[in-house]
Amino acid sequence: MSVTTPNTPHETVDPVDDGLEKAVVKKWKAPIAFAIFVIISALLFFVARRDGVTELRLSAENDAIKLPSIEAPVMATGIVVVILLALMTAGAFWLANQAKRIPLWLTAVFGIVFMYGFLTWAGADKSIPITGLLLGSVALSAPLIFGALGGVISERVGVVNVAIEGQLLAGAFLSAFVASITRNPFAGLLAAIVAGVLVSFVLAAFAIKYLVDQVIVGVVLNVLVAGLTSFLYSTVLSSNTEAFNTPPRLPRIPIPLLSDIPILGRVLFDQTIIIYLMYIAIALVFYGLFFTKWGLRLRAVGEHPQAADTVGIRVNSTRFWNVSIAGAIAGLGGAYFTLGSVGGFTKEMTAGAGFIALAAVIFGRWDPIRATLAALLFGFATNLQNTLGAIGSGVPSEFLLMLPYLVTIFAVAGLVGQVRGPAASGKPYIKS
Amino acid sequence: MSDNNQQNTPAPGAAPEPAAASASASAPASASAPASSPAPQPAAAPAPKPDTEAPRSNKILNEILGGSFLISILAVLLALIAGAILIAATNEDVQTASGYFFSRPGDTLGAIWQAVSGAYSALFQGSVYNFRRDSFADGIKPLTETLTFATPLIAAGLGVGLAFRVGLFNIGGRGQMLIAAACAGWVGFSFQLPAPLHITLAVLAGIAGGAIWGGLVGFLKARTGAHEVILTIMLNYVAFYLISYMLRTPGLLQAPGSPNPKSPPMAETAVFPALFGSKYNLHLGFILVIVATALVWYLLNRSSLGFRFRAVGENPNAAKVAGIDVKNTYVYAMLFSGGLVGLAGVSQVLGTVTGGFSGGIDAGIGFDAITVALLGRSKPIGIFFAGILFGAFKAGGFSMQAAEGVPVDIVVVVQSLIVLFIAAPPLVRAIFFLPKPGGRARRVLPNVSKEVAAK
Repeated sequence: MSVTTPNTPHETVDPVDDGLEKAVVKKWKAPIAFAIFVIISALLFFVARRDGVTELRLSAENDAIKLPSIEAPVMATGIVVVILLALMTAGAFWLANQAKRIPLWLTAVFGIVFMYGFLTWAGADKSIPITGLLLGSVALSAPLIFGALGGVISERVGVVNVAIEGQLLAGAFLSAFVASITRNPFAGLLAAIVAGVLVSFVLAAFAIKYLVDQVIVGVVLNVLVAGLTSFLYSTVLSSNTEAFNTPPRLPRIPIPLLSDIPILGRVLFDQTIIIYLMYIAIALVFYGLFFTKWGLRLRAVGEHPQAADTVGIRVNSTRFWNVSIAGAIAGLGGAYFTLGSVGGFTKEMTAGAGFIALAAVIFGRWDPIRATLAALLFGFATNLQNTLGAIGSGVPSEFLLMLPYLVTIFAVAGLVGQVRGPAASGKPYIKS
Repeated sequence: MSDNNQQNTPAPGAAPEPAAASASASAPASASAPASSPAPQPAAAPAPKPDTEAPRSNKILNEILGGSFLISILAVLLALIAGAILIAATNEDVQTASGYFFSRPGDTLGAIWQAVSGAYSALFQGSVYNFRRDSFADGIKPLTETLTFATPLIAAGLGVGLAFRVGLFNIGGRGQMLIAAACAGWVGFSFQLPAPLHITLAVLAGIAGGAIWGGLVGFLKARTGAHEVILTIMLNYVAFYLISYMLRTPGLLQAPGSPNPKSPPMAETAVFPALFGSKYNLHLGFILVIVATALVWYLLNRSSLGFRFRAVGENPNAAKVAGIDVKNTYVYAMLFSGGLVGLAGVSQVLGTVTGGFSGGIDAGIGFDAITVALLGRSKPIGIFFAGILFGAFKAGGFSMQAAEGVPVDIVVVVQSLIVLFIAAPPLVRAIFFLPKPGGRARRVLPNVSKEVAAK
């Protein structure tokens, strides 16, 4: 981020003992963010106070192992939560003062405790189904995660992928169409991959061969795919909904034993095959990016194409094929909209999910695991709004819906942490 | 999507590659940074020396803006052909006739001609002149509809195009329009004032709202280096949910006594008067847009602020060396851009949809504006005519849907194809077997500095 702007103190010196003077950089952004959340929760519990008891339901009707519901008195919970959060914030300040990184688990625990407190506050005198909340979060996150993984690969190889939205939508459309015709959801999955790859081909051709600005291509492709799918929906799909737009849904496949784990079992291991493919995709992308020759080349091309070219990597073809892989993954995410959840295709049914996935890529700092977590967070925020809306809590739903976007703005504005993308992302490579 | 590096810092690999290609683009700039040897050390140097090599993004932008007029025409033609193929392929008569194509191919061709000519003549009659009407006054109504649709497109296109000229992508048209519409609408329905004053106040409030929402992006970009594309996309959603909340909350924007998320209708005194009587929908907004076009032309081509805008757009690093405050320029550019996009929102609320607005008041104009600005090559006059063309598509698209049953979405396809083709002149040249400019064999960079030379 600050290679030649010497006045920004972001760049830390590597802790290699090379006898050089080292700059110690203390980062205060995370602890300050923690403190803000402590203040928010204190305000919620003590200023906008609510009394009563919140019931957090941990098991659904037909679970194998039943857990009792948690009855949390709002006031007492609030006091405990605020104290815990304050303690963690103090720890964060101490770590920052020692110029140490704040470990990811501390942030995660902080987030969970805050959410627990928030849920208790928001659901005062009501009952919140925790399993349903998490189940819905996974469902809403799935396309985001696929999209974000596609975005990570594409941007790591040096092609900005604003067209995730288009890839998702194309995947959703073609999977619904093909699955309806063949009456086979797995053919639909394959079609979704093809659709994503096709969109990627256009993106790659224009960005790599014709050197069109990648953001422009991405934006225009989104519009093009939206127009094309809406047009074909109106002309083809609606003409005979029975034949063309009633795809069979993928069956749920509970994994034996694992799906009987309380809470998480049903959420994670009683899902359709798309979700299991998602787990595989996350693991593969993570392992592939950082532990294989493919990943090394991919990252080299995205960071320093000149150097990659010098050692004999063909930059443009590497870019082309990896952008196609990215499209395949994103397209698969599109299939979730139709085969995994709703069924039929509707106009612009992705509703901006691709842009949230893009935000997850940046929020996750171009790292597949972090991007996945960010996508989960966004999915959770959306589903939290649904759940709270369903039980009739007093929080205006629009502000919860706004949350992912605000968080992203904070993230890219560098308030949450330093965000630095692949160096050559967005720049076409012309061999000299 | 790396952040401001694209603007301020050289990518480690950027030094040697574009040097040759860019010689024509930024001759004064690259002169002071002689193509450094490809030795792999530029990243290590702390480099207090200001780098003056133009970042790639700017050059590509210049290339897009500097293409020839012919390419634009051919791109429109290609897109229309693609649209025709789509229309023909989805037409039922064509499908039936193609079932026996080999026995009677004439039927298929006839059906294709029927489908395509029917659709495109409906498009024309819906957007320019309707020959089925008796009097001229009735026949010309579609043209006024076109101009009405074009009004917000031109305004927003000017805003997006102005940002393009500074090297910024303003995808936040939706958010800026929504905020502007809410501000103008609020002034429009909650005050009782004499007409000229009321209109002026409402317009100013709307423009200010859009400018603030856009300027926020410029401010964040200047201060933190956040990428404006992400910021604008995110702010679109923030604005949408904010307006949705206000529209369904009594006492803010919701019409009193109504359960719908919709604002009260505008006061009579705030509504833009119709230009040619109540028979036509064309309103004062069109005049405002003409004025705005002239103002933007003056701003970009004759004012010192416009000079700074263009300098930063050509090459922010060179502009910095020349003593231009690049960061402030970004803030100003986004303020102007947001204000102009805001004007589009104002014209929607006070001119087109005066009976109260809902969350969809932007009608996708914020995104269409990007295509308008690209088609107009980010020049005010070009944007004006590009806006009219796309306005014609919109107006005609609806009558095409009504008359021929071709969904209006085809217009979106054609529009985005136009932009895609325009953005890739080599593709268009290859399709029409046009010679490459300058006879260069491999480099696909056309004459880049045309725009500068023309000034």
